Amino acid sequence: MTNDPMNKLVEAVAKHRDREAFVQLFTHFAPRLKGFALKRGISLAAAEELVQETMLAVWRKAATFDRNRANVSTWIFTISRNKQIDLLRRQTYPEVELEMALDQPGSEPAPDQRAEWAEFGTDLQSALKSLSPEQRTILQKAFFEEKSHRTIALELNLPLGTVKSRIRLALARLRAVFPEEYV
Amino acid sequence: MINHHPDEALLLDYATGALSEAVALTIATHASMCIRCMRQINQLEAIGGSLLASETPAECDDGVLAQILMRLDDEGLEPAATVKTESSAILPPPLRPYVNEPLHQLPWKRVGGLYEEYRLPLADTKVRASLFRLAAGTHTPKHSHRGQELVLVLSGGYRDGDAQFARGDFSALDVADTHQPIVDDDGPCLCLGVQEAPMRLTEVLSLRLRRFLRI
Repeated sequence: MTNDPMNKLVEAVAKHRDREAFVQLFTHFAPRLKGFALKRGISLAAAEELVQETMLAVWRKAATFDRNRANVSTWIFTISRNKQIDLLRRQTYPEVELEMALDQPGSEPAPDQRAEWAEFGTDLQSALKSLSPEQRTILQKAFFEEKSHRTIALELNLPLGTVKSRIRLALARLRAVFPEEYV
Repeated sequence: MINHHPDEALLLDYATGALSEAVALTIATHASMCIRCMRQINQLEAIGGSLLASETPAECDDGVLAQILMRLDDEGLEPAATVKTESSAILPPPLRPYVNEPLHQLPWKRVGGLYEEYRLPLADTKVRASLFRLAAGTHTPKHSHRGQELVLVLSGGYRDGDAQFARGDFSALDVADTHQPIVDDDGPCLCLGVQEAPMRLTEVLSLRLRRFLRI
């Protein structure tokens, strides 16, 4: 949400190097990041290191947060994804940002479209709750456990086509949350 | 106008972090030229953000916070991203960290007398990603691959069967697919290509033989 208090916290960290704001962000996100990491099946020690490194990156990268581009949980989700690859695979995950694509000829969106980006958070949350348990399990496997379609199919003992179509259906439901210009 | 895009499964695997470095680089490079796929990736990342937000908190002991607070002073502040790119530049931003010299100064290797290859220095050496340069009008012989092959056009273009590929277009070919791309006559073609398994040796030999026999 544009008025999400989390936005202000990250901005305070960026502008004023506000430690108190950082502690609030930590208190909210660190336990979730840890839960998220543990679901990925990594060790407790690795999960704690990941939480630390992610939160340190939040402190360091606070100025790169743009509330018009993502909400705070999405921003932190991508930081933690990249950190995990960095820590566990010793690789830098190739990144891409909206600005790069906006720079391409003919892809300039109307300016007011950008402001809405951050407002989808709550709608997405309720859309997530409306998924069937099978759909949710598969999505969670993809996101939490960082598993490719092929691995998920093997693990759940399902044909690859079934996994793909379950994911597609789940994503279609979630995508209905985004206004048409974004699809 | 980009007409050929990665499928949703690849975009999802990019967003979740499940891809190898080579494939992730190809998807990131395509999305940096394609607002449609970029938005899809942003949506998928937003779904990841929502899953993180609704995650049940695990207990964190206070020691972790104390440790981090001690380290904060040593950490600088990265400046806000200023990705200003000339859209005329051939290499999109995600590729630039892998190419440190001007394109014409790279150590290109000629392969089978048909194309030139520059293998990108990836940290993950299991799946290779390369830049490929093909001269205008090159007819590649019909070939197949042992693993998945991804191609992203960076400049110029080629025709493969009925489909035309130009800057930004992405193609994914599987083991079963046989194809025969023909480079456009009006200029050379530069591509980013990923091969899960190298071409069969017989194919490379066949490339050389065909070149020799001019067929």
